[in-house]
Amino acid sequence: MSIPKITTARWDVEDGHTLAGYERTGGYSALKKALEMTPAEVHEEVKTASLLGRGGAGFPAGVKWGFCPPGVWPRYLVVNGDESEPGTYKDRIMLERDPHQLIEGCLLACYALGLSQCFLYVRGEMAHGQERVAAALNEAYEAGYVGKNILGTEVSVDVVLHWGAGAYIVGEETALIESLEGNRGMPRLKPPFFPAAIGLYGKPTIVNNVETLSNIPWIINNGGQAFADIGEAPSTGTRVFAVSGHVNNPGVFEVEFGTTTFRDLIMGEEYGGGIRNGGSLKAFIPGGASAPWFFEEHLDLPLEKGTVDRAGSMLGSGAIVVMDQTTDIVKACHNVVRFFSRESCGKCSPCREGTSWLEKILQRIIDGNGRRADLALLMDVCDNISPGIAWPPKQTTICPLGPSAVSPIASVIERFADEFDAYLGEPSTEQAVEVR
Amino acid sequence: MARLNADNERIAHEIIGRYPRKKSALIPLLHLAQEQDGWVTDEAMSHIADLVEVTPAEVLGTCSFYEMFKRHPVGDYHVNICHGIACHLLGADELIHHAEETLGVKGGGTTDDGRFTVEGVECIAACTEAPCLQVNYRFANKVTTQDFDALIADIRSGARSDIPPHGTLAKTRQSIPEERAAGPALVEDAQEPAWLSRNGSDQ
Repeated sequence: MSIPKITTARWDVEDGHTLAGYERTGGYSALKKALEMTPAEVHEEVKTASLLGRGGAGFPAGVKWGFCPPGVWPRYLVVNGDESEPGTYKDRIMLERDPHQLIEGCLLACYALGLSQCFLYVRGEMAHGQERVAAALNEAYEAGYVGKNILGTEVSVDVVLHWGAGAYIVGEETALIESLEGNRGMPRLKPPFFPAAIGLYGKPTIVNNVETLSNIPWIINNGGQAFADIGEAPSTGTRVFAVSGHVNNPGVFEVEFGTTTFRDLIMGEEYGGGIRNGGSLKAFIPGGASAPWFFEEHLDLPLEKGTVDRAGSMLGSGAIVVMDQTTDIVKACHNVVRFFSRESCGKCSPCREGTSWLEKILQRIIDGNGRRADLALLMDVCDNISPGIAWPPKQTTICPLGPSAVSPIASVIERFADEFDAYLGEPSTEQAVEVR
Repeated sequence: MARLNADNERIAHEIIGRYPRKKSALIPLLHLAQEQDGWVTDEAMSHIADLVEVTPAEVLGTCSFYEMFKRHPVGDYHVNICHGIACHLLGADELIHHAEETLGVKGGGTTDDGRFTVEGVECIAACTEAPCLQVNYRFANKVTTQDFDALIADIRSGARSDIPPHGTLAKTRQSIPEERAAGPALVEDAQEPAWLSRNGSDQ
C-alpha cells in the first residue's frame, strides 16, 4: 500500500515555504474547513486520528488537548520547536521547508481548544528556521490567516515567534515554559505543574511538538479516520525518522508508523542503505540520546511505540544513530554521557552531580587511569539517579534528563565488558574501593 | 557598545508588546543586544532590566543559563563544531583538533586578530550531514579538514558575505501590523474566547 506523505509533502516543492507555494499545494484549506466546523468537532477529529505526540514521550495529542480544566481562561498554546535531541533534526527541516503547515496546525489547535495566544518557540541555533517562520508569519498576517479576525471571523489569535538561546533541557515542556517566561530553563515539579492545568503564567497551556502540530492540517483535510487507517494502532499515521551514523545513505525519512521495521530503515535501499563499507552493525540508538541502545537482535522490531517500549527502549523523537563494528563503544558511551552532563540544568543534585561524575569516570577509563572498581562505581552512581536502573526508568530527579545519562551505560557495560576490560587492563590485586 | 541604541530600543518595545508579561521578552532582547554589540554587555543587561522591569541580577541570571549568550567579546566568526554522537562517529574529534591546530586556539578561544572563535559544541541538528559545523549559526555540512581550510580562507578573503556578523540570527524579523494584531492574551483578562462560547462553550 502506498502511504501518503503527510508532513514532508512540501519538502521537494521549491517555494513550499512561501504563502504562494503553500496555497497552491492546498495550504490553509484545513483552516477554512475547520472554521465551518465547531471547535469540538475539530478536537474530535484529532482524537479519532489517535495522533501520538512526536516530541519524545508519545502521549496522544487529542487526549492531552482534553486536559485543560474547564472555565479557566486564558489558555495558551506553546509550540515546542526547541529540538536538540542528538540524532535528529526533523523539526528544523519542517520549520525551514514548510512553516505555513505548522502555523496552520497551530491555528487549528487554537480554534479547537479556545487557546487565546500561541508562542512558537524555535531553538536559538536554528537561524534559518527562524527567518523562514518569521517570513511565513509576516505573509500569513498580511493575508488574514493569523491575528485579528482570522478570515473575517470572530476568531482572533496572535502567533508569536519566540526563540531560545542554547539549552537542551528547554525541550522539556515545563522548562520550555520557564524559558518563555524569561527565566533559566529549569523544569518544574509535576505535579502540580502539569502545563495543561498550570502552565504559562500559571494558566492552562498546551505544549505540542512541531511535528505533532504539522500533522493537524492533513487530519482535518482528510479526517481523523483516514489518519488512523495508516500505521498500526496506537501508532497511527506516519513518522519522520532521521537515520545517521555509519550508514551508506544517512537521511530524514517519512515512513508509515508502526509497520516499518528498524531493518527497513537502516538497511533498506530507499532509506539508510545499509552499513557503510559493507561493514556489520554493532549497535544502534533507536530514539535519540536518551534511549537505551539496541543491537542486531532488535533489527526486526517494528517502529511501533508499544513494541519498542516493551523491548526496553523508546522511539523518542525518531533519531536512529547507527554504529558499525569499528565503533569504540566506551568512547561512544562517554560521548552521550558527556552530552547529558553538559546539558544538566543543575536543579536536582543526583543529576547535576551524578552526570558529571559519570562523565569523569568514563573519561579516566578512556585515559587509561581507570580502576576495576570504576565499573561498580558507575553503576552505583547510575542507581542513585535512576533507582534499580530499570526501563521505564525510575528517577530521583524532577525530569528525565538524569536517567537519560544512565541509558548508554546500562546498555553497554555488560554486553561490551571486554571493551571496558581492554581499557582497564588486567584485574589487579588492588582492593576494590567500598563506594557506599 | 552599551545600551540598546534608539532603533533597537524601538524594536525592543515592539517585542515586549507581544507578551502578556514583559519578562517573557528577556531572551529575545538579549539576542538583540548581542546582535548590536557582538556580545552581551553589562550595560545592555541593565538597560534590558529597565525595559522589562526586573533587576539586572535577574537578567544576568537568565543570560548566564544559555550557551549562546557571550558575556565577553568573541571572534567576528564563531565557529561551532558539533561533537554530538552522530558527528563523533564520523570524525568530529579529528575536525576539532584540526581546527584548533590550524587557528592556534583551544576550546572556546579566540584568534589574536579577533576574527575566529572555535568551540566544540553539543548537537546542532544536522546529524545526517556529519560532521557538521556552524559559523555564526550558518551550517556547513559533511566537513572535511580540506573543507574547513577552504571555509576559513573564504571568510578571510571576504567571499562569505552571506554569513552575518556574530549575534545576528534571523535576517527576517516578525512584524505584526498594528491593525492585524489580536494582541497579547492578558492573564488578568480571564475571558472565554468568543468562538468557543458561541459554540456551546467548553467541552
